[in-house]
Amino acid sequence: MLKLVVCIKQVPQVSELPWDPETWHLQRELAEGMMNPACRFALEAALKIRDKIGARITAVTMGPPSAEEALREAVALGADKGILLTDRKMAGADTYTTSLTLSKVIQKIIPDFDLILCGASTIDSDTAQVGPQLAEELDIPGVAYVHELTIAGNKARIRRVADGFSETIEMELPGLVTINTTSEAPRYMSFRGFQQAFGESDIITHDAASLGLHQEWIGARGSATKIRNVYSPIAERGNLVLTGTNKKILDQLFTLFDDRIGGVVGKDLKTEKN
Amino acid sequence: MGEKKRAIWVFGDFRNYFQNRVTLQLISKAREMAGMIGGEVCVVVLGSQTAEYVSEYIAHGADKIYLTEDPRLVEYSMETYSFLMERLARREKPEIILVGATSFGREFAPHVAKRLGTGLTADCIDLDIDEKGLLVQRAPSFGGKLIAETVIPERRPQMATVRPGIFQELPHDFSRTAEIVHVPMPDNMPSDRVHIISREPSPAKEDHLEQAKIVVCGGRGMGSKKKFSRLYELAELLGGEVGATRPVVYLNWANREALVGQAGKQIRPVILFSFGISGAIQHTASIRKSCFIIAINKNPKAPIMKMADVAIVADAGQICNALINELKQRIRR
Ligand SMILES: Cc1cc2nc3c(=O)[nH]c(=O)nc-3n(C[C@H](O)[C@H](O)[C@H](O)COP(=O)(O)OP(=O)(O)OC[C@H]3O[C@@H](n4cnc5c(N)ncnc54)[C@H](O)[C@@H]3O)c2cc1C
Ligand SMILES: Nc1ncnc2c1ncn2[C@@H]1O[C@H](COP(=O)(O)O)[C@@H](O)[C@H]1O
Repeated sequence: MLKLVVCIKQVPQVSELPWDPETWHLQRELAEGMMNPACRFALEAALKIRDKIGARITAVTMGPPSAEEALREAVALGADKGILLTDRKMAGADTYTTSLTLSKVIQKIIPDFDLILCGASTIDSDTAQVGPQLAEELDIPGVAYVHELTIAGNKARIRRVADGFSETIEMELPGLVTINTTSEAPRYMSFRGFQQAFGESDIITHDAASLGLHQEWIGARGSATKIRNVYSPIAERGNLVLTGTNKKILDQLFTLFDDRIGGVVGKDLKTEKN
Repeated sequence: MGEKKRAIWVFGDFRNYFQNRVTLQLISKAREMAGMIGGEVCVVVLGSQTAEYVSEYIAHGADKIYLTEDPRLVEYSMETYSFLMERLARREKPEIILVGATSFGREFAPHVAKRLGTGLTADCIDLDIDEKGLLVQRAPSFGGKLIAETVIPERRPQMATVRPGIFQELPHDFSRTAEIVHVPMPDNMPSDRVHIISREPSPAKEDHLEQAKIVVCGGRGMGSKKKFSRLYELAELLGGEVGATRPVVYLNWANREALVGQAGKQIRPVILFSFGISGAIQHTASIRKSCFIIAINKNPKAPIMKMADVAIVADAGQICNALINELKQRIRR
């Protein structure tokens, strides 16, 4: 039977992020988690394949212990099994190490997979890099931003729009796709699914040691990119207030920003009147 | 190996050359940074029949072109392009590789970074060189609510994808010359596992508002349908698009397509003008990815004024008119 792996990530509910109204700082610890929207669509694409031709679906996530909720939701929606990778040493991973870690667990537990489905991007880090990099790590072909997907024999047939081109693509399996969010809403949880997920469901947990992952490879330590600073752009804004007559305001605006505005417009605005 | 210049590479992405000049914008920024690290700007061009692009890249500031021209490269292919880029980068060891954040670029760069075992920052809106000569990359996260500043201290090359429209291209100079290094396709190309069955320009379903580099957004504070309509004139002059808040759509001053916010579109222009908008969260959640916000509101305490880079306290309709007049005089046609 076809073996599908869906990579899902638990993200904060961005629309409800608690803000400190004074400093405009984010109070992340208060944010509630949810399954990243594009991952939900990736799961839906997997479920559609299973409905049509049958498949076994494993959902994988790396995150804090609370990420188990996203896995339970995936099981409730129809995944057969969930794998939770959680280890404090994995925290702070960039896409380089995230894809490395995910590849290790997939190679260990589902080495004979046919297709991996990721979301196109997450709403928190929004890199859209983990999918393509996981494909490289496993040395399989990958196609990003997929809209439509069918499986025929050992090939996936894909439709997508990229850079204003509408494409039909055939990808050899095993392979990886990243799925876009579309306007078509994914399915709801069934009652039976709900019972299954919150009863004795098939979720296994791994940490770095059980995967044989060296500390140097994972989390912030293994990451190639280092975050130096995080700031709220809003706190930086609102610095400049212009008041007065309309003429004075426009004079100030153009004196300060003619280059910036002209640069984007693609015209020289410096030229003085007359 | 002798004294090799530290190279900043730009991927020559020309597939949508006439709509998207991100490669030229990156060459310009790379020039500025090359000056700071004593390096050179190289553009990697993969394709067939590329002469036109090569001459544009040189005219806009490239010092060197790595050129692989081959009939097999007539269509963009992820696997072939990543293979060629990896091979060339391993040989030449650039310090930095910049890729425009087109759909292709955002898929291509992670493949290349992984193959090279290096770091990559997605969708940067600003780049810099720090005192140690490292590339500082700034990119929005949490849907633009935060900006993260990252560096790649140890591994090379340092890689970033960069959003189109952020940097300004240099004026062209067709008397410039550059070294062209021809890099032939190797004979041992791995076979593609991804096959393009068909590829057609998609029937203009591109969303102009969501892609626009300049957006002029208007709210109830514009006062009337007539005054609101002048925003279209302003947008036209700026080469931008018009957005609207929900009351404006309800009042029928603008159509539903223009709605920006939770119930409408998310925009990410380089410059956003916000006229007569209070700044309710349902609206502002969808404008946070804007790089530079100029808000006009008669109430200095309106929430939009807090998140604006420039807060203009004045009548929105009047500033719109004055801006139109001013621009007409400044733009020499
Ligand atoms: C579920 C839900 C979804 C919603 N979705 C959206 C959405 O997608 N998009 C959206 O925009 N809204 C949305 N809203 C509505 C949103 O809450 C606000 O009501 C709306 O954004 C306000 O629009 P406004 O700023 O144009 O109008 P107002 O709030 O009426 O503000 C007008 C502003 O103009 C200023 N002003 C007045 N006269 C002048 C003048 N002469 N010159 C300069 N300034 C002047 C005022 O000081 C004021 O700040 C939603 C609401 C809900 C409940
Ligand atoms: N920690 C994670 N665990 C599992 N899957 C992930 C994780 N991070 C990213 N992914 C997958 O990669 C996709 C793109 O994520 P990103 O590159 O962060 O935008 C997501 O939609 C997931 O499918």
